[in-house]
Amino acid sequence: MTTQSETRVRDGAGHRASVFLYSHVRVRLALLISAPLFWLGLVYIAALVALLVTAFWTVDSFTGEVRTDWTFDNIITVLTGSLYQSVTLRTLGMAVLVTIADIVIALPIAFFMAKVASAKWQRILVIAILMPLWASYLVKAYAWRSVLSNDGIFQWIVQPFGGTTPGYGIPGAVITLAYLWLPYVILPIYAGLERVPDSLLEASSDLGAGTWRTLRSIVLPLLWPAIVAGSIFSFSLTLGDYITINIVGGANQMLGNLVYTNVGAANNLPLASAIALIPIAIIFVYLAAVRRTGALNSL
Amino acid sequence: MRVSRTSRTVLGTITGIILATIYLPLIVVLINSFSTSKSLTWPPPGFTFAWWGKAFQSAGALGAILTSVQVAVVATIVSLVLGTLISLALQRYTFFGRDTVSLLVILPIALPGIITGIALNNAFRTILGIQLSILTVIIAHVTFCIVTVFNNVIARLRRMGTSLEEASADLGGGLWTTFRLVTFPQLRSALLAGGLLAFALSFDEIIVTTFTAGTGVTTLPIWILNNLFRPNQAPIVNVIAVVLVLVSIIPIYVAQRIAGSDVVQK
Repeated sequence: MTTQSETRVRDGAGHRASVFLYSHVRVRLALLISAPLFWLGLVYIAALVALLVTAFWTVDSFTGEVRTDWTFDNIITVLTGSLYQSVTLRTLGMAVLVTIADIVIALPIAFFMAKVASAKWQRILVIAILMPLWASYLVKAYAWRSVLSNDGIFQWIVQPFGGTTPGYGIPGAVITLAYLWLPYVILPIYAGLERVPDSLLEASSDLGAGTWRTLRSIVLPLLWPAIVAGSIFSFSLTLGDYITINIVGGANQMLGNLVYTNVGAANNLPLASAIALIPIAIIFVYLAAVRRTGALNSL
Repeated sequence: MRVSRTSRTVLGTITGIILATIYLPLIVVLINSFSTSKSLTWPPPGFTFAWWGKAFQSAGALGAILTSVQVAVVATIVSLVLGTLISLALQRYTFFGRDTVSLLVILPIALPGIITGIALNNAFRTILGIQLSILTVIIAHVTFCIVTVFNNVIARLRRMGTSLEEASADLGGGLWTTFRLVTFPQLRSALLAGGLLAFALSFDEIIVTTFTAGTGVTTLPIWILNNLFRPNQAPIVNVIAVVLVLVSIIPIYVAQRIAGSDVVQK
Protein backbone atom coordinates (compact mmCIF):
# COMPACT_ATOMS: atom_id res chain seq x y z
CA MET A 1 0.00 0.00 0.00
CA THR A 2 2.71 2.43 1.02
CA THR A 3 4.97 1.32 -1.78
CA GLN A 4 2.28 2.10 -4.33
CA SER A 5 1.66 5.64 -3.12
CA GLU A 6 5.36 6.20 -2.72
CA THR A 7 6.04 5.10 -6.26
CA ARG A 8 3.38 7.48 -7.46
CA VAL A 9 4.91 10.37 -5.53
CA ARG A 10 8.41 9.54 -6.67
CA ASP A 11 7.42 9.48 -10.30
CA GLY A 12 5.46 12.76 -10.07
CA ALA A 13 6.55 15.99 -11.72
CA GLY A 14 6.96 17.54 -8.28
CA HIS A 15 9.50 14.94 -7.33
CA ARG A 16 11.42 15.30 -10.55
CA ALA A 17 11.50 19.09 -10.06
CA SER A 18 12.73 18.55 -6.52
CA VAL A 19 15.52 16.23 -7.65
CA PHE A 20 16.51 18.62 -10.42
CA LEU A 21 16.62 21.58 -8.01
CA TYR A 22 18.51 19.58 -5.43
CA SER A 23 21.35 18.99 -7.84
CA HIS A 24 21.28 22.48 -9.34
CA VAL A 25 22.21 24.88 -6.55
CA ARG A 26 22.37 27.94 -8.81
CA VAL A 27 18.82 27.39 -10.10
CA ARG A 28 17.56 27.03 -6.55
CA LEU A 29 19.28 30.26 -5.54
CA ALA A 30 17.94 32.05 -8.60
CA LEU A 31 14.38 30.98 -7.79
CA LEU A 32 14.73 32.24 -4.21
CA ILE A 33 16.37 35.54 -4.93
CA SER A 34 14.81 36.71 -8.19
CA ALA A 35 11.47 37.96 -6.79
CA PRO A 36 12.84 40.02 -3.88
CA LEU A 37 15.75 41.28 -5.96
CA PHE A 38 13.36 42.21 -8.75
CA TRP A 39 11.28 44.20 -6.25
CA LEU A 40 14.16 45.98 -4.50
CA GLY A 41 16.09 46.55 -7.71
CA LEU A 42 13.19 47.62 -9.89
CA VAL A 43 11.21 49.60 -7.34
CA TYR A 44 13.87 50.98 -5.06
CA ILE A 45 17.24 51.18 -6.79
CA ALA A 46 15.71 52.27 -10.08
CA ALA A 47 13.82 54.99 -8.18
CA LEU A 48 17.01 56.16 -6.46
CA VAL A 49 18.88 56.28 -9.77
CA ALA A 50 15.97 58.15 -11.35
CA LEU A 51 16.13 60.63 -8.49
CA LEU A 52 19.80 61.23 -9.22
CA VAL A 53 19.02 61.76 -12.89
CA THR A 54 16.06 64.06 -12.20
CA ALA A 55 18.36 66.38 -10.23
CA PHE A 56 19.98 67.26 -13.57
CA TRP A 57 16.70 68.11 -15.29
CA THR A 58 14.66 71.28 -15.21
CA VAL A 59 11.09 72.51 -14.86
CA ASP A 60 9.25 74.38 -17.60
CA SER A 61 8.33 77.67 -15.95
CA PHE A 62 5.10 77.95 -18.01
CA THR A 63 3.59 74.49 -17.82
CA GLY A 64 5.20 73.38 -14.55
CA GLU A 65 6.12 70.07 -16.22
CA VAL A 66 9.50 68.43 -15.80
CA ARG A 67 11.63 68.94 -18.93
CA THR A 68 14.51 66.59 -19.69
CA ASP A 69 17.00 69.35 -20.50
CA TRP A 70 20.32 68.52 -18.89
CA THR A 71 21.65 71.17 -16.55
CA PHE A 72 23.88 71.56 -13.49
CA ASP A 73 21.79 74.53 -12.26
CA ASN A 74 20.02 72.64 -9.46
CA ILE A 75 23.21 71.15 -8.11
CA ILE A 76 24.96 74.54 -8.22
CA THR A 77 21.98 76.22 -6.51
CA VAL A 78 22.01 73.65 -3.72
CA LEU A 79 25.78 73.74 -3.24
CA THR A 80 26.16 77.53 -3.25
CA GLY A 81 22.85 78.84 -1.88
CA SER A 82 23.27 80.18 1.65
CA LEU A 83 19.79 78.88 2.60
CA TYR A 84 20.76 75.32 1.69
CA GLN A 85 24.11 75.56 3.47
CA SER A 86 22.62 76.85 6.72
CA VAL A 87 19.73 74.36 6.68
CA THR A 88 22.16 71.50 5.96
CA LEU A 89 24.36 72.54 8.90
CA ARG A 90 21.35 72.92 11.18
CA THR A 91 19.95 69.50 10.20
CA LEU A 92 23.33 67.81 10.58
CA GLY A 93 23.90 69.47 13.96
CA MET A 94 20.49 68.36 15.18
CA ALA A 95 21.08 64.79 13.96
CA VAL A 96 24.39 64.64 15.84
CA LEU A 97 22.86 66.14 19.01
CA VAL A 98 19.86 63.79 18.96
CA THR A 99 22.13 60.79 18.40
CA ILE A 100 24.50 61.70 21.25
CA ALA A 101 21.58 62.40 23.62
CA ASP A 102 19.97 59.06 22.76
CA ILE A 103 23.20 57.07 23.27
CA VAL A 104 23.89 58.80 26.61
CA ILE A 105 20.34 58.04 27.81
CA ALA A 106 20.28 54.52 26.36
CA LEU A 107 23.57 53.27 27.89
CA PRO A 108 22.58 53.28 31.60
CA ILE A 109 19.05 51.95 31.01
CA ALA A 110 20.32 49.21 28.67
CA PHE A 111 23.02 48.27 31.16
CA PHE A 112 20.48 48.09 33.99
CA MET A 113 18.19 45.91 31.85
CA ALA A 114 20.90 43.52 30.66
CA LYS A 115 23.19 43.18 33.68
CA VAL A 116 21.37 44.27 36.84
CA ALA A 117 17.64 43.55 36.56
CA SER A 118 16.25 40.08 37.35
CA ALA A 119 14.88 37.95 34.48
CA LYS A 120 11.31 38.95 35.32
CA TRP A 121 12.10 42.67 35.46
CA GLN A 122 14.09 42.36 32.26
CA ARG A 123 10.97 41.20 30.41
CA ILE A 124 8.82 43.91 31.97
CA LEU A 125 11.35 46.59 31.01
CA VAL A 126 11.60 45.33 27.41
CA ILE A 127 7.80 45.59 27.11
CA ALA A 128 7.88 49.04 28.72
CA ILE A 129 10.42 50.21 26.13
CA LEU A 130 8.59 48.58 23.21
CA MET A 131 5.12 49.84 24.05
CA PRO A 132 5.62 53.53 23.12
CA LEU A 133 6.86 52.35 19.69
CA TRP A 134 3.30 51.28 18.93
CA ALA A 135 1.86 54.67 19.82
CA SER A 136 1.61 56.78 16.70
CA TYR A 137 4.67 58.89 15.83
CA LEU A 138 2.42 61.88 15.15
CA VAL A 139 0.60 61.55 18.43
CA LYS A 140 3.87 61.43 20.37
CA ALA A 141 5.18 64.53 18.59
CA TYR A 142 1.83 66.21 19.25
CA ALA A 143 1.98 65.15 22.91
CA TRP A 144 5.29 66.99 23.18
CA ARG A 145 3.64 70.02 21.61
CA SER A 146 1.17 70.10 24.48
CA VAL A 147 3.88 69.24 27.06
CA LEU A 148 6.12 72.09 25.86
CA SER A 149 3.41 74.72 25.31
CA ASN A 150 3.37 77.89 27.43
CA ASP A 151 0.54 76.59 29.59
CA GLY A 152 1.60 72.95 29.32
CA ILE A 153 2.78 70.46 31.93
CA PHE A 154 6.51 71.24 31.47
CA GLN A 155 5.95 74.87 32.43
CA TRP A 156 3.67 73.73 35.28
CA ILE A 157 6.42 71.46 36.69
CA VAL A 158 9.44 73.79 36.35
CA GLN A 159 7.73 77.10 37.18
CA PRO A 160 7.94 76.61 41.00
CA PHE A 161 11.72 76.25 40.56
CA GLY A 162 11.98 79.40 38.49
CA GLY A 163 12.35 77.59 35.13
CA THR A 164 10.49 78.12 31.87
CA THR A 165 9.56 75.74 29.06
CA PRO A 166 11.91 75.81 26.05
CA GLY A 167 8.75 76.32 23.98
CA TYR A 168 8.71 75.64 20.25
CA GLY A 169 12.10 75.87 18.55
CA ILE A 170 15.30 73.93 17.92
CA PRO A 171 15.69 72.75 21.58
CA GLY A 172 12.08 71.54 21.64
CA ALA A 173 12.58 69.73 18.34
CA VAL A 174 15.80 68.06 19.56
CA ILE A 175 14.05 66.90 22.76
CA THR A 176 11.10 65.52 20.81
CA LEU A 177 13.24 63.77 18.18
CA ALA A 178 15.48 62.24 20.86
CA TYR A 179 12.31 61.03 22.59
CA LEU A 180 10.89 59.55 19.39
CA TRP A 181 13.99 57.55 18.41
CA LEU A 182 15.08 56.51 21.91
CA PRO A 183 13.61 52.95 21.78
CA TYR A 184 15.39 52.33 18.45
CA VAL A 185 18.70 53.14 20.18
CA ILE A 186 18.01 51.33 23.48
CA LEU A 187 17.04 48.00 21.86
CA PRO A 188 20.23 47.33 19.82
CA ILE A 189 22.44 48.45 22.73
CA TYR A 190 20.49 46.20 25.11
CA ALA A 191 20.82 43.27 22.68
CA GLY A 192 24.54 44.02 22.36
CA LEU A 193 25.01 44.03 26.15
CA GLU A 194 23.11 40.75 26.40
CA ARG A 195 25.75 39.22 24.12
CA VAL A 196 28.62 40.36 26.39
CA PRO A 197 29.27 37.26 28.55
CA ASP A 198 29.28 37.81 32.32
CA SER A 199 32.34 35.54 32.56
CA LEU A 200 34.45 38.16 30.74
CA LEU A 201 33.41 40.82 33.24
CA GLU A 202 34.27 38.50 36.13
CA ALA A 203 37.63 37.61 34.58
CA SER A 204 38.39 41.31 34.21
CA SER A 205 37.63 42.01 37.85
CA ASP A 206 39.58 38.89 38.96
CA LEU A 207 42.57 40.32 37.12
CA GLY A 208 42.26 43.46 39.20
CA ALA A 209 40.37 45.85 36.93
CA GLY A 210 38.00 48.32 38.57
CA THR A 211 34.48 49.06 37.31
CA TRP A 212 35.55 51.87 34.98
CA ARG A 213 38.52 49.93 33.61
CA THR A 214 36.23 46.95 32.85
CA LEU A 215 33.63 49.18 31.19
CA ARG A 216 36.26 50.94 29.08
CA SER A 217 38.46 47.98 28.11
CA ILE A 218 35.95 45.09 27.93
CA VAL A 219 32.37 46.30 27.59
CA LEU A 220 32.82 49.29 25.29
CA PRO A 221 34.85 47.53 22.54
CA LEU A 222 32.37 44.62 22.49
CA LEU A 223 29.39 46.97 22.56
CA TRP A 224 30.66 49.39 19.91
CA PRO A 225 28.94 47.76 16.89
CA ALA A 226 25.61 47.80 18.73
CA ILE A 227 26.01 51.47 19.67
CA VAL A 228 26.82 52.32 16.06
CA ALA A 229 23.83 50.29 14.84
CA GLY A 230 21.55 52.26 17.17
CA SER A 231 23.10 55.53 16.03
CA ILE A 232 22.27 54.76 12.39
CA PHE A 233 18.57 54.86 13.29
CA SER A 234 18.57 58.10 15.29
CA PHE A 235 20.94 59.82 12.84
CA SER A 236 19.12 58.80 9.68
CA LEU A 237 15.62 59.33 11.06
CA THR A 238 16.52 62.85 12.26
CA LEU A 239 18.22 63.69 8.99
CA GLY A 240 15.03 63.04 7.01
CA ASP A 241 12.44 64.37 9.41
CA TYR A 242 10.29 67.33 8.49
CA ILE A 243 7.07 66.74 10.44
CA THR A 244 8.32 66.98 14.04
CA ILE A 245 9.99 70.30 13.29
CA ASN A 246 6.63 71.56 11.98
CA ILE A 247 4.88 70.47 15.16
CA VAL A 248 7.35 71.61 17.85
CA GLY A 249 10.09 73.50 15.97
CA GLY A 250 8.41 76.85 15.45
CA ALA A 251 9.35 78.44 12.11
CA ASN A 252 12.64 76.53 11.74
CA GLN A 253 13.28 74.38 8.70
CA MET A 254 15.20 71.17 8.15
CA LEU A 255 16.37 69.61 4.87
CA GLY A 256 13.17 67.57 4.75
CA ASN A 257 11.07 70.75 4.74
CA LEU A 258 12.96 72.12 1.73
CA VAL A 259 12.42 68.85 -0.15
CA TYR A 260 8.74 68.76 0.83
CA THR A 261 8.07 72.36 -0.26
CA ASN A 262 9.72 71.79 -3.62
CA VAL A 263 7.75 68.61 -4.30
CA GLY A 264 4.44 70.11 -3.23
CA ALA A 265 3.87 73.86 -3.23
CA ALA A 266 6.79 74.90 -5.45
CA ASN A 267 6.30 71.91 -7.79
CA ASN A 268 10.00 71.71 -8.64
CA LEU A 269 10.89 68.02 -8.55
CA PRO A 270 14.37 68.48 -10.07
CA LEU A 271 15.36 70.97 -7.35
CA ALA A 272 13.81 68.74 -4.66
CA SER A 273 15.85 65.81 -6.03
CA ALA A 274 19.02 67.89 -5.90
CA ILE A 275 18.32 68.81 -2.25
CA ALA A 276 17.57 65.16 -1.44
CA LEU A 277 21.07 64.24 -2.65
CA ILE A 278 22.52 66.03 0.42
CA PRO A 279 21.15 63.59 3.06
CA ILE A 280 21.88 60.66 0.71
CA ALA A 281 25.53 61.75 0.48
CA ILE A 282 25.74 62.27 4.27
CA ILE A 283 24.23 58.85 5.03
CA PHE A 284 26.50 57.06 2.54
CA VAL A 285 29.57 58.69 4.10
CA TYR A 286 28.27 57.64 7.51
CA LEU A 287 27.53 54.05 6.41
CA ALA A 288 30.95 53.77 4.73
CA ALA A 289 32.61 55.05 7.91
CA VAL A 290 30.84 52.56 10.18
CA ARG A 291 30.87 49.59 7.82
CA ARG A 292 34.12 48.23 9.23
CA THR A 293 32.73 48.11 12.78
CA GLY A 294 30.35 45.33 11.72
CA ALA A 295 27.42 47.48 12.83
CA LEU A 296 25.42 46.75 9.67
CA ASN A 297 25.10 43.13 10.76
CA SER A 298 23.63 44.09 14.13
CA LEU A 299 20.87 46.30 12.73
CA MET B 1 33.04 43.03 37.57
CA ARG B 2 30.64 43.24 40.50
CA VAL B 3 28.10 45.99 40.32
CA SER B 4 28.12 47.60 43.76
CA ARG B 5 24.95 48.32 45.72
CA THR B 6 25.33 52.05 45.16
CA SER B 7 25.75 51.65 41.39
CA ARG B 8 22.71 49.35 41.30
CA THR B 9 20.60 51.95 43.09
CA VAL B 10 21.88 54.77 40.88
CA LEU B 11 21.27 52.76 37.68
CA GLY B 12 17.81 51.75 38.91
CA THR B 13 16.92 55.35 39.71
CA ILE B 14 18.13 56.57 36.29
CA THR B 15 16.10 53.81 34.61
CA GLY B 16 13.03 54.83 36.61
CA ILE B 17 13.39 58.50 35.69
CA ILE B 18 13.87 57.69 31.98
CA LEU B 19 10.81 55.44 31.96
CA ALA B 20 8.75 58.12 33.71
CA THR B 21 9.84 60.61 31.05
CA ILE B 22 8.97 58.12 28.29
CA TYR B 23 5.45 57.69 29.63
CA LEU B 24 4.79 61.30 30.67
CA PRO B 25 3.69 62.52 27.20
CA LEU B 26 1.50 59.44 26.71
CA ILE B 27 -0.23 60.05 30.05
CA VAL B 28 -0.73 63.70 29.14
CA VAL B 29 -2.47 62.54 25.95
CA LEU B 30 -4.70 60.21 27.96
CA ILE B 31 -5.68 62.92 30.44
CA ASN B 32 -6.17 65.52 27.70
CA SER B 33 -8.64 63.21 25.95
CA PHE B 34 -10.99 63.88 28.91
CA SER B 35 -10.18 67.60 29.15
CA THR B 36 -12.75 70.31 28.42
CA SER B 37 -9.96 72.51 27.04
CA LYS B 38 -9.53 72.48 23.26
CA SER B 39 -6.08 74.06 23.40
CA LEU B 40 -4.67 71.40 25.77
CA THR B 41 -3.96 73.70 28.73
CA TRP B 42 -2.48 72.15 31.87
CA PRO B 43 -3.86 71.38 34.39
CA PRO B 44 -7.11 70.49 32.58
CA PRO B 45 -9.91 72.90 33.48
CA GLY B 46 -12.66 70.26 33.50
CA PHE B 47 -13.66 66.67 32.77
CA THR B 48 -15.75 65.47 29.83
CA PHE B 49 -16.56 62.31 27.87
CA ALA B 50 -17.66 64.37 24.85
CA TRP B 51 -14.53 63.72 22.73
CA TRP B 52 -14.78 59.97 23.24
CA GLY B 53 -18.39 60.02 22.01
CA LYS B 54 -17.50 62.18 18.99
CA ALA B 55 -14.45 60.09 18.07
CA PHE B 56 -16.48 56.92 17.61
CA GLN B 57 -18.85 58.77 15.27
CA SER B 58 -16.11 60.44 13.24
CA ALA B 59 -16.54 58.99 9.74
CA GLY B 60 -13.20 60.44 8.64
CA ALA B 61 -11.28 58.70 11.41
CA LEU B 62 -13.03 55.35 10.97
CA GLY B 63 -12.53 55.41 7.18
CA ALA B 64 -8.86 56.27 7.67
CA ILE B 65 -8.39 53.36 10.07
CA LEU B 66 -9.93 51.01 7.48
CA THR B 67 -7.61 52.30 4.74
CA SER B 68 -4.58 51.91 7.01
CA VAL B 69 -5.54 48.35 7.90
CA GLN B 70 -5.95 47.45 4.20
CA VAL B 71 -2.57 48.91 3.29
CA ALA B 72 -0.82 47.32 6.28
CA VAL B 73 -2.34 43.84 5.70
CA VAL B 74 -1.36 43.67 2.02
CA ALA B 75 2.09 45.20 2.62
CA THR B 76 2.73 42.73 5.46
CA ILE B 77 1.75 39.67 3.38
CA VAL B 78 3.91 40.68 0.41
CA SER B 79 6.89 41.55 2.61
CA LEU B 80 6.56 38.25 4.49
CA VAL B 81 6.95 36.34 1.22
CA LEU B 82 9.77 38.49 -0.17
CA GLY B 83 11.56 38.77 3.18
CA THR B 84 11.56 34.99 3.71
CA LEU B 85 12.84 34.32 0.17
CA ILE B 86 15.73 36.75 0.47
CA SER B 87 16.66 35.54 3.99
CA LEU B 88 16.86 31.95 2.73
CA ALA B 89 18.99 33.02 -0.23
CA LEU B 90 21.38 35.12 1.86
CA GLN B 91 21.72 32.71 4.77
CA ARG B 92 21.91 29.37 2.95
CA TYR B 93 23.95 30.25 -0.15
CA THR B 94 27.21 32.02 -0.87
CA PHE B 95 27.37 33.92 -4.09
CA PHE B 96 29.03 36.88 -5.75
CA GLY B 97 27.58 40.17 -4.51
CA ARG B 98 25.99 38.74 -1.38
CA ASP B 99 27.20 41.64 0.77
CA THR B 100 25.79 44.12 -1.73
CA VAL B 101 22.40 42.39 -1.67
CA SER B 102 22.28 42.44 2.13
CA LEU B 103 23.15 46.15 2.09
CA LEU B 104 20.36 46.62 -0.47
CA VAL B 105 17.83 45.06 1.91
CA ILE B 106 18.65 47.38 4.82
CA LEU B 107 19.04 50.50 2.65
CA PRO B 108 15.33 51.46 2.82
CA ILE B 109 15.58 51.89 6.61
CA ALA B 110 19.13 53.23 6.62
CA LEU B 111 18.20 56.05 4.25
CA PRO B 112 15.87 58.72 5.64
CA GLY B 113 12.18 58.17 4.86
CA ILE B 114 11.98 61.37 2.88
CA ILE B 115 14.53 59.96 0.39
CA THR B 116 12.48 56.80 -0.15
CA GLY B 117 9.39 58.98 -0.39
CA ILE B 118 10.63 61.46 -2.96
CA ALA B 119 12.47 58.77 -4.96
CA LEU B 120 9.28 56.72 -5.34
CA ASN B 121 7.14 59.81 -5.92
CA ASN B 122 9.49 60.88 -8.70
CA ALA B 123 9.66 57.37 -10.17
CA PHE B 124 5.87 56.94 -10.23
CA ARG B 125 4.94 60.41 -11.46
CA THR B 126 7.79 61.69 -13.60
CA ILE B 127 9.42 58.51 -14.90
CA LEU B 128 6.55 56.01 -15.19
CA GLY B 129 3.65 58.46 -15.42
CA ILE B 130 1.48 56.45 -12.98
CA GLN B 131 -1.27 58.11 -10.94
CA LEU B 132 -0.64 57.91 -7.20
CA SER B 133 -3.17 55.61 -5.52
CA ILE B 134 -3.53 53.13 -2.67
CA LEU B 135 -1.45 50.69 -4.77
CA THR B 136 1.55 53.02 -4.88
CA VAL B 137 1.35 53.36 -1.07
CA ILE B 138 1.41 49.57 -0.70
CA ILE B 139 4.39 49.23 -3.07
CA ALA B 140 6.26 51.87 -1.06
CA HIS B 141 5.43 50.24 2.27
CA VAL B 142 6.57 46.78 1.14
CA THR B 143 9.96 48.26 0.25
CA PHE B 144 10.74 49.20 3.87
CA CYS B 145 8.73 46.37 5.52
CA ILE B 146 10.87 43.64 3.88
CA VAL B 147 13.74 44.45 6.21
CA THR B 148 11.80 43.80 9.45
CA VAL B 149 10.80 40.34 8.21
CA PHE B 150 14.34 39.77 6.91
CA ASN B 151 15.92 40.65 10.28
CA ASN B 152 13.71 38.23 12.20
CA VAL B 153 13.90 35.35 9.73
CA ILE B 154 17.64 35.51 9.09
CA ALA B 155 18.37 35.56 12.84
CA ARG B 156 16.21 32.42 13.22
CA LEU B 157 17.88 30.70 10.24
CA ARG B 158 21.31 31.38 11.73
CA ARG B 159 20.30 29.85 15.05
CA MET B 160 18.53 26.79 13.68
CA GLY B 161 21.34 25.44 11.48
CA THR B 162 20.78 22.94 8.69
CA SER B 163 20.99 19.58 10.48
CA LEU B 164 17.22 18.98 10.66
CA GLU B 165 16.80 19.87 7.00
CA GLU B 166 19.63 17.51 6.06
CA ALA B 167 18.03 14.76 8.13
CA SER B 168 14.76 15.32 6.28
CA ALA B 169 16.53 15.11 2.92
CA ASP B 170 18.32 11.92 4.01
CA LEU B 171 14.95 10.41 4.90
CA GLY B 172 13.73 11.14 1.38
CA GLY B 173 11.90 14.42 1.90
CA GLY B 174 11.93 16.55 -1.26
CA LEU B 175 12.71 20.26 -1.15
CA TRP B 176 9.07 21.29 -0.86
CA THR B 177 8.23 18.64 1.75
CA THR B 178 11.26 19.61 3.81
CA PHE B 179 10.32 23.27 3.69
CA ARG B 180 6.68 22.57 4.58
CA LEU B 181 7.30 20.08 7.39
CA VAL B 182 10.73 21.04 8.74
CA THR B 183 11.82 24.58 7.87
CA PHE B 184 8.49 26.43 8.02
CA PRO B 185 7.38 25.20 11.46
CA GLN B 186 10.71 26.40 12.87
CA LEU B 187 10.31 29.78 11.17
CA ARG B 188 6.69 30.31 12.16
CA SER B 189 7.24 32.42 15.30
CA ALA B 190 9.96 34.50 13.62
CA LEU B 191 7.53 35.17 10.76
CA LEU B 192 4.85 36.24 13.22
CA ALA B 193 7.19 38.60 15.06
CA GLY B 194 8.47 40.06 11.77
CA GLY B 195 4.96 40.31 10.39
CA LEU B 196 3.70 42.15 13.49
CA LEU B 197 6.56 44.65 13.25
CA ALA B 198 5.95 45.13 9.53
CA PHE B 199 2.25 45.73 10.21
CA ALA B 200 3.02 48.27 12.95
CA LEU B 201 5.59 50.03 10.77
CA SER B 202 3.19 50.31 7.84
CA PHE B 203 0.24 51.34 10.03
CA ASP B 204 2.18 54.26 11.55
CA GLU B 205 4.23 55.43 8.56
CA ILE B 206 3.61 59.03 7.54
CA ILE B 207 6.59 60.40 5.58
CA VAL B 208 6.83 57.91 2.71
CA THR B 209 3.02 57.70 2.72
CA THR B 210 2.62 61.46 2.20
CA PHE B 211 4.74 61.26 -0.93
CA THR B 212 3.13 58.15 -2.44
CA ALA B 213 -0.57 58.47 -1.54
CA GLY B 214 -2.96 59.79 -4.15
CA THR B 215 -5.34 62.62 -3.29
CA GLY B 216 -8.20 60.28 -2.39
CA VAL B 217 -6.14 58.00 -0.16
CA THR B 218 -6.29 58.93 3.54
CA THR B 219 -4.45 56.57 5.86
CA LEU B 220 -4.80 57.13 9.60
CA PRO B 221 -1.50 59.04 10.01
CA ILE B 222 -2.48 61.32 7.11
CA TRP B 223 -5.88 61.91 8.73
CA ILE B 224 -4.23 62.67 12.07
CA LEU B 225 -1.80 65.11 10.46
CA ASN B 226 -4.68 66.87 8.66
CA ASN B 227 -6.66 67.23 11.89
CA LEU B 228 -3.88 67.91 14.38
CA PHE B 229 -4.07 71.68 14.11
CA ARG B 230 -7.86 72.01 13.92
CA PRO B 231 -9.14 73.16 17.34
CA ASN B 232 -12.33 71.09 17.16
CA GLN B 233 -10.56 67.94 15.96
CA ALA B 234 -7.41 67.91 18.12
CA PRO B 235 -9.16 66.36 21.19
CA ILE B 236 -10.59 63.62 18.93
CA VAL B 237 -7.03 62.91 17.77
CA ASN B 238 -6.14 62.46 21.44
CA VAL B 239 -8.90 59.86 21.83
CA ILE B 240 -7.77 57.95 18.72
CA ALA B 241 -4.21 57.99 20.05
CA VAL B 242 -5.27 56.53 23.39
CA VAL B 243 -7.31 53.80 21.65
CA LEU B 244 -4.33 52.92 19.42
CA VAL B 245 -1.99 52.56 22.41
CA LEU B 246 -4.54 50.38 24.21
CA VAL B 247 -5.11 48.22 21.10
CA SER B 248 -1.32 47.86 20.65
CA ILE B 249 -1.17 45.93 23.92
CA ILE B 250 -2.67 42.92 22.07
CA PRO B 251 0.17 42.49 19.51
CA ILE B 252 2.81 43.18 22.18
CA TYR B 253 1.24 40.53 24.39
CA VAL B 254 1.11 38.06 21.49
CA ALA B 255 4.75 38.81 20.55
CA GLN B 256 5.88 38.29 24.14
CA ARG B 257 3.94 35.01 24.37
CA ILE B 258 5.70 33.80 21.22
CA ALA B 259 9.08 34.87 22.58
CA GLY B 260 8.26 33.09 25.85
CA SER B 261 7.19 29.84 24.16
CA ASP B 262 10.38 29.87 22.09
CA VAL B 263 12.46 29.90 25.26
CA VAL B 264 10.48 26.94 26.59
CA GLN B 265 10.94 25.01 23.33
CA LYS B 266 14.70 25.41 23.53
